[in-house]
Amino acid sequence: MELLAFFQSHWSEAVGLTLQHLRLVGASVGIAIVTGVPLGIYVSQKESLAEFILALAGMVMTIPSIAMFGILIPILSLINQGIGFLPAVIALILYSELPIIRNTYLAIKNVDPSVRDAAVGMGMTPRQRLLKVELPIAIPVIMAGVRVAVVMTIGIGAIAAYIGAGGLGVYIAQGISNSYTTMIQAGAVAVSVLAICADVILASVQRLYTPKRQATT
Amino acid sequence: MIEFQHVTKVYQSAGATTKAVDDVSFAVEEGEICVLLGPSGCGKTTLLRMVNRLIGLTNGDIIVNGRNINSVNPVELRRTIGYVIQQTGLFPNMTIFDNVCTVPKMLGWSRAKMHDRYEELMVMIGLDPKEYAKRFPWELSGGQQQRIGVARALAADPPVMLMDEPFGALDPIIRDHLQREFLKIQQTVKKTIVFVSHDLDEALTLGDKIAILKSGKLMQFGTPDEILSAPANDFVSSFIGADKSLKRLSLFTAGQLLQSRRITRICSSKPSVAVQMDTDLRTVLAHILADPNGEVSVLDKTGNCAGVIHYNDLARFLEDDSNEMEPAAN
Repeated sequence: MELLAFFQSHWSEAVGLTLQHLRLVGASVGIAIVTGVPLGIYVSQKESLAEFILALAGMVMTIPSIAMFGILIPILSLINQGIGFLPAVIALILYSELPIIRNTYLAIKNVDPSVRDAAVGMGMTPRQRLLKVELPIAIPVIMAGVRVAVVMTIGIGAIAAYIGAGGLGVYIAQGISNSYTTMIQAGAVAVSVLAICADVILASVQRLYTPKRQATT
Repeated sequence: MIEFQHVTKVYQSAGATTKAVDDVSFAVEEGEICVLLGPSGCGKTTLLRMVNRLIGLTNGDIIVNGRNINSVNPVELRRTIGYVIQQTGLFPNMTIFDNVCTVPKMLGWSRAKMHDRYEELMVMIGLDPKEYAKRFPWELSGGQQQRIGVARALAADPPVMLMDEPFGALDPIIRDHLQREFLKIQQTVKKTIVFVSHDLDEALTLGDKIAILKSGKLMQFGTPDEILSAPANDFVSSFIGADKSLKRLSLFTAGQLLQSRRITRICSSKPSVAVQMDTDLRTVLAHILADPNGEVSVLDKTGNCAGVIHYNDLARFLEDDSNEMEPAAN
């Protein structure tokens, strides 16, 4: 009940923080898609590079988020952006890259070799093969990677409040420092609900792009 | 016409060189089906994939309808050569219509022309054009998918087709059916076809010519009858097996035997079994073995007796390697 009362009295503030949170997640995952998908496609054609890139992206994932923000502060301080939106976005982009690059890479690699053989044998150029056959087949798996990235960055994004990036993490951070339990709960619940909603919405988008074949086999 | 001239493919790996295809020369005439036959690893698929430059030549030349394939841009070349593979390779993200019209689309055909061609092809392969246009490959059975694969390869009416064990993954009944259907289609489209198979019966059924390969070398090239009646070496003999006589009998009909042997024995003995003029000799033999006197009568189209075939006639026919009969068109 206290939680409900909290949301009733902080309604517009909560909405503002949610939007801020979404902006953070949207910007990072958006940039991660624009960079990660082409990179994933590229390494799927260049096996020698694939292992290195995937290992690097995997290593980034192992850095605790607090440490990541800590690393970025001195670096970005050089351009007076040590705290705030920019370091948060950069950290979240780095976290999003792995699921997106990996899924793109695997999806393209896993296109049935006979389908690729037929495409080449019928006279498709490498570009036509990629755009007309490989990418359309890969999209459901790439979408699954995006979904993982979004849910993950919504969670990690809560910690970005500590470096002044705003978002729903503000409730958690302030609640902890003020020993205000209801505020902590409000932040945690809001982040969870946001993650669940995003997951459900993206799942239905993913279904839209998935041929029914996957459902039957 | 496809000419293979001293075609050689050498693979080099870790210092070892393997000759996947070793100095192979023969020619596939216009409108003929040539079956590349041999055990796995004999280089038949490599040879096939060299024709549309999926695999490059180490030595020698392949001339397709007067053009050396190495003088043509590979992408352009492939669009003029139909390509069918065992796993069908249909694009799962495209409808049947889009699959069939893949090459026409790349060649920039108009929508109307593509539609006409699509309907024509679907009728040819015996599938309802309207019913399947918007369906996806996974909704079709294996046999139907393979028919679509053939239709897709025929779409832009290429003069030459390459087929890599297209019926190999199907069960025997469907395979038999599709082979027959395919021969019927070939009689109207008259493509020059290179067809890879490891199945002797399939090669005998489909091939106008058969090229038998072993470890990259051409063992024998000839008509099915030439290969069965005069195997060039021990490998070919053992490959065609002990029942080669039976296989050879199935290439000819009762009518042909009557004509060539001038068997005019009148039907006085009234054998218990009668066969038609177009019954193949293998079936005739089966009937003869069941008959107490070892003979069958052959009926002409009007149902009158045209002659009697005795067991000795078949035996003599098989002994004579140089008979001048042309195998029956299947």
